Amino acid sequence: MALAVAKEPRGTGRRRAGGPARLPYLLISPAVLLMLGFLAYPMISVLYYSLRHYNVTKPWRNGFAGLDNFSALLADDLFWQSLVFSAQWVGTEVSLQLALGLALALIVNQTFVGRGISRALVFSPWAVSGVLTTTIWMLLYNPSTGVSRYLADAGVGSYGTSVLSDPGTVFWAAVLAELWRGVPFFAILILADLQSIPRDLYEAASVDGAGRMRQFLHITLPHLKDAIVLSTLLRAVWEFNNVDLLYTLTGGGPAGATTTLPLYVANTGIHGHDFGYASALTTVAFVILLFCSILYLRLSKFGGDR
Amino acid sequence: MTTTAITDQGSATGARAGATTGNAPPARRLRRGPGTGGGPAGERTPRWQIYLPLGLYLLFTLVPFYWMLLFALRPAGSTSLVPWPATATHFDKVWNDLGFAVFFRNSLLVGVASLVMTTAVALAGGYALARFRFRGRNGFMLALLCSQFIPGALMLVPLFEIFRELALVNSLWSVVIAETVFQLPLSLILISGFIRNVPAELEEAAWVDGCGRFRAFCAVVLPLLRPGLIAVGSFAFVHSWNHFLFALMFLSSQEKYTIPVGLNYTIGAESVDLGALAAGGVVAAVPVVIVFAFIQKWLIAGFSAGAVKG
Repeated sequence: MALAVAKEPRGTGRRRAGGPARLPYLLISPAVLLMLGFLAYPMISVLYYSLRHYNVTKPWRNGFAGLDNFSALLADDLFWQSLVFSAQWVGTEVSLQLALGLALALIVNQTFVGRGISRALVFSPWAVSGVLTTTIWMLLYNPSTGVSRYLADAGVGSYGTSVLSDPGTVFWAAVLAELWRGVPFFAILILADLQSIPRDLYEAASVDGAGRMRQFLHITLPHLKDAIVLSTLLRAVWEFNNVDLLYTLTGGGPAGATTTLPLYVANTGIHGHDFGYASALTTVAFVILLFCSILYLRLSKFGGDR
Repeated sequence: MTTTAITDQGSATGARAGATTGNAPPARRLRRGPGTGGGPAGERTPRWQIYLPLGLYLLFTLVPFYWMLLFALRPAGSTSLVPWPATATHFDKVWNDLGFAVFFRNSLLVGVASLVMTTAVALAGGYALARFRFRGRNGFMLALLCSQFIPGALMLVPLFEIFRELALVNSLWSVVIAETVFQLPLSLILISGFIRNVPAELEEAAWVDGCGRFRAFCAVVLPLLRPGLIAVGSFAFVHSWNHFLFALMFLSSQEKYTIPVGLNYTIGAESVDLGALAAGGVVAAVPVVIVFAFIQKWLIAGFSAGAVKG
């Protein structure tokens, strides 16, 4: 009855707002215009540049290149090296962040004294940027005044250890710094989802004699599945695309040991001024990520009616 | 047998509970307080199983922050692990000599401008996505998703050319626009999720009372969206406060630098003044960490209402 009454004013509401057909387009147009102008158009120019020689330091070579950039890319060891490192970086970061984030979320989801303040504190690195993370960890890693010096004072390790210039340790040094600010992201998303699990489920399960481990495996994990799938894929893409931390912490070094594909692109395009080749690398990176996006769509069934 | 029953029941009630949570006024959801979403029922988790791992993790989180504060507060050349007696010379140096006062203002301008633009554009668009079926809607949703996979670092060259055409290079607007555009897709997805969680019947009831669509939206939907808007707005602010690459590439004169760019130049300085670097880091961290400490409750509530449920 109430619903039937509500139907009629809907019409008037629409008429006032400029007709049912135009209103949604009007509302969405600022977003569409911004995205067309500053996302779609640049993306298309990248595709166009990738087919050209375009190097501001060698203007006499500029012109149509066909697939030259792409064939050069297949023969480029640095490209393959950066691709392998990207996979290594994303795989290590995301799996460690997920494991630690899940554990952290489960802990701060319990009821205990000091929960509010603990949450605020353990989540706080989320608010911190790549460059700031670099600043903090450079202070910690500094060979003459960092943590290693105090450890050496206490008889652990040796003086003058620089974890950032040793190819054997730089990877884990960067992983640790990125974990520091990446774990809270997972913990926040998973905690948000944990809170929507109705408590009586656990009570029912415990009446049925299910222990805490079985409750976790049969209630908590299945409920969290979607959140985990979503946040893992999102984070994987962000870790792949993010340049801030590695650019400032290691600069991709030593000797290209920590160069991800986007970092390689930035170095080629910005420092090497070879926009054509950088655009070809970009195109390849985008295709790889698009493949991930299709996976993401299939797994999350996003955009369909719920 | 029992376990299957539990799992089935889990998904069914889970969906229902999700819907009710969405309908409840956000303020109530926030005040659920202890008890809700606590761990598994039955035997209580032994305290040490909470405090031991939590303590270890707190150490991992806080030692780096402490280390930065230590370097920022203790005099140059000191090796003490306690920043006492503290000195303000490093802060004086970065704020006045190294120009962090200007960088701070620039970052604040960029952060607030992108917050306002992102939230306003995403609110309008999110409402359209949540409440209307229109032609091109699914295509747009797909575009939003694909855009998540466009790496910002890879768009620098064409973006730079666009801003050069628009005469916006070395203007803070170039950074504001770039940050807004890259924040938009996620913000739109989040906000449309939040709006879908507000029952359309509430709005329709307001129309019955004679409100127009716009007034009904302001009076009924907007207050319920508060946690979601705080989540999205703070995301946009923190992100553009922190983000480095666009500011590094589009801003060329020092009086336009934002804090991350200023920090980067402090890191790269010939002889690094660690005290100044740490003080700069503190200046960069304080606003976002304070914002974050206040909003983290809303953030979690916002996510549990909108994001994860898509």
